[in-house]
Amino acid sequence: MTVLRVDELSVSAGGQSLVRDVSFQIGAGERVGLIGESGSGKTLTASSVLGLLPDGLHATGSVRLGEQELLGASERTLSRLRGMEISMVFQEPMTALNPSMRVGSQVAEPMLLHGTRPDRRAARSAAVELFDSVRLPDPEGTARAYPHQLSGGQRQRVLLAIALANDPALLICDEPTTALDVTVQAQILALILAATRERDTALLFITHDLAVVASVCERVLVMLDGEIIESGGTREVLSSPRHEYTGKLLAASDLEAR
Amino acid sequence: MTTSAVLMALARRAAILLASVLVASVVIFLFMTVIPGDPAQVALGVNATPELLARTRHEFGLDRPLISQYLDWVGGVFSGDFGTSYVTREPIGPQLVDRLGVTVWLVGTGMLVALAMAIPLGTLAAVRHRKPSGAAISGFAQLGIAVPAFLAGMLLVQLFAVRLGWLPSGGWTPPNQDAGAFLRGLVLPALSLGLVQGAVLTRYVRTSVLDTLGQDYLRTARSKGLRPYQALFRHGLRNAALPVITVLGLQLATLLIGAVVVERVFVLPGLGSMLLDSVASRDLLAVQGIVLVLVVGVLLVNFVVDLLYTVLDPRLRGS
Ligand SMILES: Nc1ncnc2c1ncn2[C@@H]1O[C@H](COP(=O)(O)OP(=O)(O)O)[C@@H](O)[C@H]1O
Ligand SMILES: [Mg+2]
Repeated sequence: MTVLRVDELSVSAGGQSLVRDVSFQIGAGERVGLIGESGSGKTLTASSVLGLLPDGLHATGSVRLGEQELLGASERTLSRLRGMEISMVFQEPMTALNPSMRVGSQVAEPMLLHGTRPDRRAARSAAVELFDSVRLPDPEGTARAYPHQLSGGQRQRVLLAIALANDPALLICDEPTTALDVTVQAQILALILAATRERDTALLFITHDLAVVASVCERVLVMLDGEIIESGGTREVLSSPRHEYTGKLLAASDLEAR
Repeated sequence: MTTSAVLMALARRAAILLASVLVASVVIFLFMTVIPGDPAQVALGVNATPELLARTRHEFGLDRPLISQYLDWVGGVFSGDFGTSYVTREPIGPQLVDRLGVTVWLVGTGMLVALAMAIPLGTLAAVRHRKPSGAAISGFAQLGIAVPAFLAGMLLVQLFAVRLGWLPSGGWTPPNQDAGAFLRGLVLPALSLGLVQGAVLTRYVRTSVLDTLGQDYLRTARSKGLRPYQALFRHGLRNAALPVITVLGLQLATLLIGAVVVERVFVLPGLGSMLLDSVASRDLLAVQGIVLVLVVGVLLVNFVVDLLYTVLDPRLRGS
């Protein structure tokens, strides 16, 4: 079953074309990597799926979640799907949480918003359970903490808990470990892998790190200058890249070393 | 954070406030002593004999060392006694309290007008910054900034008091005497003081909200399924309030100066008109007391702003 189907997605700003004719599909529980150097259009592709492109940018083509067309859908429709059917974890955990709200409330919010928990208390205890499942120490105490009291890795766990709160069909992670140091990176990756496997969540995993793709994703899409230039099973693409650019990315990463 | 830590922080700020008040009182006292003019001469007129002058100086306590004059004054002030006017020979304190009441009403309602205008307009201007309506609000605010409070006051009087006759053009009715007349009399002064400040504040609110709209956590809020305005209200406004509160504290000082002028325009018996009268009649001790009250007012506002900051921003509370 196809969870997400993107057809000929293009994004432009004014007359400038930033993403061109991007097409791909993700099946239920499938984990797909989107790789490419910085500025190749990965984040814009993901933002188009969520309907959260920056002001002044415009998307054409088709993005379908199950049977539902998302491009051009009303704000009302989109806001019902966001945080419920599709969730996203962003690159920068240090700034992605509201600094003046306790993190427990920030995790409880999407559950209350979409009515997946009957009341505040139920949502709160669900938040504490989520904190436990993303391996945050002292889940009860952490729920009462403010973001500045947590480390970058802990904040990314909180953001993952927010994204997983309503068991979405599709999780998008945009370079979720880039801002973290290496040991924490591995823990967060393991967590994302375990969480999506457990829930059978489809995953679109954005990164510029090939080693990460190799350890997480079944399929991979390679992006360059706003276009997908190569795609296929992770092992095939990484062992015998057809495109010169993929070969370069491969040479630049220390894949062998891991 | 524990309660005792909160109390400690509070005590520290209160100590700083007290120290600032003391320093301010010394500066004001010294300033009044060095500016030319002999209160005894002022009280008696130019034809007074040297003997009479000396006696009056002794009566006012002006022949004593400065330090004991200062301690007398400050000691009195802390117990509510601001001394006896050299000019009217009446106690300054009770009049000061009466006048302060009027000014607090004026500045308070002026501030409310400014906030009631700036928060919605500034937010709207930020949310619609790419649309004509947003630009129109910004332009309107820009225009408002250029209008001085006294001009706004005179225009308002011209329209609502003279042309339409809806509201009194000036004068003061105490609230406990006739609440309706009190409120009607307050409308135009509060508007002339508040609208201009509101225009200034609108721009700060716009900048702050615009900045907040670009924050990552607002994108997170949207990705949870919050609609744009929901995301702004639940996650943005509290954070956007912080820089605005700082400006608000500074603006209160401007409002006090504006109040001096507006009290003149509307013939209100406030601290501002008392200050102008006292300066005109060279009533130095009264001027000294009024200035101290104004400075303490500004310091108190800063104290409250500091506290508000800690309430709104958990990062300042320490862990
Ligand atoms: N708001 C925007 N306005 C104009 N251009 C943008 C905007 N956001 C991104 N871009 C441009 O689009 C291209 C792709 O950006 P992005 O998707 O963020 O790249 P990636 O995530 O792969 O690093 C970049 O060249 C970037 O400069
Ligand atoms: Mg990116």
